[in-house]
Amino acid sequence: MSDEALIVLDKVNKWFGPLHVLNDVSLSVAKGEVVVVIGPSGSGKSTLCRAINRLEPINDGTITFDGRPLPAEGRSLARLRSEVGMVFQSFNLFAHKTILQNVMLGPTKVRKEKPAAVRDRAMSLLDRVGIGNQAEKYPAQLSGGQQQRVAIARALAMQPKALLFDEPTSALDPEMVGEVLDVMTSLAKEGMTMVVVTHEMGFARHAANRVVFMADGQLVEQAPPAEFFANPKSDRAKDFLSKILTH
Amino acid sequence: MAGPGDRPRHPFDLKVPMDVFSDPSNRDVYITGFLWILKLTLAGGAGALVLGVVLAAMRVSPIPVLRGVGTAWVNIFRNTPLTLIIFFCYFGLFSTLGFSVVDDIDLNNFWLGVVGLSVYTAAFVCEAIRSGINTVPAGQAEAARAVGMTFIQTLTIIILPQAGRAVIAPLGSILIALCKNSTIVGTIGLMESSNAMKDLINANGNAVIPIFLVFAGTFAIVLIPTGYGFGWLANRLAVKR
Repeated sequence: MSDEALIVLDKVNKWFGPLHVLNDVSLSVAKGEVVVVIGPSGSGKSTLCRAINRLEPINDGTITFDGRPLPAEGRSLARLRSEVGMVFQSFNLFAHKTILQNVMLGPTKVRKEKPAAVRDRAMSLLDRVGIGNQAEKYPAQLSGGQQQRVAIARALAMQPKALLFDEPTSALDPEMVGEVLDVMTSLAKEGMTMVVVTHEMGFARHAANRVVFMADGQLVEQAPPAEFFANPKSDRAKDFLSKILTH
Repeated sequence: MAGPGDRPRHPFDLKVPMDVFSDPSNRDVYITGFLWILKLTLAGGAGALVLGVVLAAMRVSPIPVLRGVGTAWVNIFRNTPLTLIIFFCYFGLFSTLGFSVVDDIDLNNFWLGVVGLSVYTAAFVCEAIRSGINTVPAGQAEAARAVGMTFIQTLTIIILPQAGRAVIAPLGSILIALCKNSTIVGTIGLMESSNAMKDLINANGNAVIPIFLVFAGTFAIVLIPTGYGFGWLANRLAVKR
C-alpha cells in the first residue's frame, strides 16, 4: 500500500428524488489499500461503490480516479470503467455466454486483445478461482458461489487498477460465502486496491486496511478495523455494532 | 342446353379441381402465384428483421432524436392499413415520385411490395424485440458497461442476442402474418396467390370451393409447420437464468 491516492471522492452529493443518498461524502483510497464500507441498509454504501465507476451519476462534488476526474460519458468513460473491475451482488454473468467467454469478452471486445493470448490468461484466472474445469458451462449451470468467483475472474481479466465489490456475498447461501471471501482475501494480500461494500465483519477485521462506516448517506467514521471494532467513536456506529456483534 | 355430361358437379367432387389443376397453364398460374408469395415473405421478412432491429436499437438509445424517429415510425406504420401502404408504394413512390427498381413491371411491383411489407412489418418486429429487451435483467447491461463496453457493444453483444432469443416465438407469428399479408401486393397487379385464385375462379365457375380450398390449404401446409418450427427453436435457444 502506497501513499499515492488512486480513488478520491470530494464532497460528493447524490439525490434520488427527495432522498439524499450521498451527503457530502469525501473519501480517499490509496493504491493497494483495501477499504471495507459497512453500515445499515439504505445508508448509501452501494450507491457510493457504484458512483466510483459512474454506474450511478452524482449530482454534486468530484470523483477522481488515478489523477483524472471521471469522464461524463462516451468512450472515455468506457475506458475508465475498463480499468475498474466491478463485482455485483447478483453476479450478472452474461447468461448467453459460457464461463470462459464471460471472462474473455472484456479483453477481446473492449481491449481488442488477441483471443489466443486472452484464452490462456482467462484459463489461468479460472484455475486460480477454482473453476477451470467448468469453463465450457453456462452461468445457470453453476452454483452462486462459483458464479461469483467467475465474476471476480471476469473483472481480473481486464487487469484493473482497482476492484469494486458491491455486497459480493449477500446473495449467496451461507456455505458458499467462504469460497468467495477466500478469493477476495488472497487478492487483498497481493496488493489489489479494493473497495468492498459488505456485511461480512470477519472479512473486514482480517482483510481490510480501513473500515468506513456509513449511515443516512453520510460517512460517519473511518478507522483501521481493530480500532473501529474495539472502540467505535460515534453513537451511530456503536449502535450498529451492538446490533450485529451480540449474536 | 345442358346435356347430361355437363350437369353441375357436387362442389366437393375431386374430379373438377383435378381437371382445373391438371391443365398446365392453370398449374403454372397456381405455382407462380405461390412462389411470389414465398419470395415476398422471404425478402420482406429479411428487410423487416434488419429494419426492426435497427428501430428497436433506436428506441432504446440514449439519443432523443433517434428515439423520436423510432417511435414515430412504429406509430405511423403500425396504425396504417397495409393496403394503403402498398397503394402508396405504387401510386406514390412509383407513379408520382418515379421510384423504380427494375424495368420489368412485374419485378418492379414485387420490389415495391417488398418495400411496403418491410416498412410495415418492421414496426411489429421492433416492438417484439423491444419487449424482448425488457426480459433481459438490468444487471446484464450494467455488467457490460462495467467491463468498459460502449453502448453499441452492450446492445449488440449482450442485450440483443438475449432479447432476440426471448422473442423467437412472437417473431414466428409476425412472419406468418407477413406471409398472409403478402397477398395484398396483388392489389397493385402482381400475380400472386390471391390474384391467381381469382383468375382461376373466374375461368372455372363450377369449381369455386375446391379452388379456394387448394389455395388456402397451400398456405396452411407451409405455415403450420413454420409455427411449430419457431416454437421448437424458441425452446432450444432459450437463455437459462
